[in-house]
Amino acid sequence: MQALSLRGLHKIYPNGVEALKGLDLDVAEGDFFALLGPNGAGKTTAIGIITSLVTKTGGTVTVFGHDLDRELQAAKACIGLVPQELNLNQFEKVLSIVVNQAGYYGLGRAVAMERAERYLSELQLWDRRDDIARNLSGGMKRRLMIARALVHEPKLLILDEPTAGVDIEIRRSMWEFLKKINDEGTSIILTTHYLEEAESLCRNVAIIDHGRIIENDRMSRVLRKLQLETFVLSLDQELAEAPQLDGYAVRLREPGLLEVDVEATQDINDLFEVLSASGLKVVSMRNKANRLEELFLRLVEAGESRT
Amino acid sequence: MSGMSAAEQATALWTLVRKEYHRILRIWVQTLVPPAITMTLYFIIFGNLIGSRIGEMGGFSYMQYIAPGLIMMSVITNSYGNVVSSFFGAKFGRHIEEMLVSPMPDWLIIAGHVAGGVMRGLCVGALVTIVALFFTDLDVKHPLITVSVVLLTAIVFSLGGFLNAVFAKKFDDISIVPTFILTPLTYLGGVFYSISLLPDFWERVSMANPILYMVNAFRYGILGVSDIGLGKAYLIIITFVVALFWFALVLMKRGTGIRD
Ligand SMILES: Nc1ncnc2c1ncn2[C@@H]1O[C@H](COP(=O)(O)OP(=O)(O)OP(=O)(O)O)[C@@H](O)[C@H]1O
Ligand SMILES: [Mg+2]
Repeated sequence: MQALSLRGLHKIYPNGVEALKGLDLDVAEGDFFALLGPNGAGKTTAIGIITSLVTKTGGTVTVFGHDLDRELQAAKACIGLVPQELNLNQFEKVLSIVVNQAGYYGLGRAVAMERAERYLSELQLWDRRDDIARNLSGGMKRRLMIARALVHEPKLLILDEPTAGVDIEIRRSMWEFLKKINDEGTSIILTTHYLEEAESLCRNVAIIDHGRIIENDRMSRVLRKLQLETFVLSLDQELAEAPQLDGYAVRLREPGLLEVDVEATQDINDLFEVLSASGLKVVSMRNKANRLEELFLRLVEAGESRT
Repeated sequence: MSGMSAAEQATALWTLVRKEYHRILRIWVQTLVPPAITMTLYFIIFGNLIGSRIGEMGGFSYMQYIAPGLIMMSVITNSYGNVVSSFFGAKFGRHIEEMLVSPMPDWLIIAGHVAGGVMRGLCVGALVTIVALFFTDLDVKHPLITVSVVLLTAIVFSLGGFLNAVFAKKFDDISIVPTFILTPLTYLGGVFYSISLLPDFWERVSMANPILYMVNAFRYGILGVSDIGLGKAYLIIITFVVALFWFALVLMKRGTGIRD
């Protein structure tokens, strides 16, 4: 069964902006799915339509087999949303925010309290349960929104940039947590601008740009599509200009720092042989940018030149 | 799995009511105290000081005559005010999204807020009644009429507040209707006088004011006197309840003012 299925999703905002231009997308049950794209691509708009916060202009949305137009309540019951923008009642207490949300899904108070305790504890907020939302830090508010989204134990959790502005330690613990609930069976859709996050968490990915899907595949395959990898090499000597290395594009970043493009068909052993032959000694080496980041930029640039 | 069961809907409705109840109590200085103070002043100034010079109206002391009107006036403004500020606040703070993503049907979201408005209206109404009892006696002639009219009126104005919140885009918008429509209609709706005192023309104009029917039906419930027929009053009030509720449902379904 598909956790989510979009067909021809179309959105024109009242101000005339065409945010989605016919989106087709399938997310399988149990998947951990990355929805990526530059600012303004239409990610939040798509998520808004899926979660009933935005009205669609055309197309269909099906959540676990429930068509949004025909079985709205059933579809809604399957989804938990962590929105991009804070939407907490700033004057309400942490605990009652979560417990009330459970109530909106028809969960009795006893169950609601039990789950609120579980998820607030997992997200390290139980100690702050009597604080009003306004008194939480930014990262805590994000975690509170995750607890709130999980309290009715949705089959599909949608997170719209949940780690924006969250420190690295908390971010890692959030990743662990999301991996865990995904392992336990919750399907997850994640948008993020930290591509390493998508790379390490997600099995499948769609890249959306200008309201269209420009790439949709398994993460591993998408990464493999990347034909070129760039390495940054530190040398034990300073050079005045970039050396000629047969078969490799080489740039001199700084006197002691080389950037070398290596194609998928070439292997790194060969590169080192060529380097040794030229009398260059490499002290250390690293990948230039995150690979996904590179692919992403390239796809988006290609899209830019197309339009 | 289909939609929410009746039991789940009851839980959701109860959650909304509870939340409103806590909101009213949390900000009691804004919700409960001001109407009590204002109405006390009305009773002192109009009832006691000026009223003693006015003499009788409709066969009652002026104080007794205006007491039902003032109770009704506070019910109207507070039901309206509660829903408009709670629902617009939720829109403004975006936590309306908590409700919109949930499987609660539209009618339930409306009903929950209306229940909150009725709760606040009746609480303040009860407070004002207690204040009134310090100044005058009130024997309720027709309890059933009194209770049903005050309840229905609170529902009408809670729905009105809901609609206002749906259309409101900024904070100014939630005070425009109360200032320019609600207050004038209430003051001219027979709270302070019997419309039989007005010249023919203005008496007939007054008959177009729906609040007149609510105030008079309520006054009939308490004192047994009214400027208008009771049947017509019920008909008007119930028509308003149905029409406003239907309108609110249509707007929610369309997403007017709450969904882009
Ligand atoms: N409420 C709105 N009214 C009008 N236009 C909107 C509205 N919300 C978004 N847009 C426009 O729709 C387009 C898509 O925006 P959206 O928020 O979906 O992008 P996004 O992919 O989530 O971007 P980001 O990564 O910055 O969050 C943008 O051009 C944006 O300006
Ligand atoms: Mg976004």
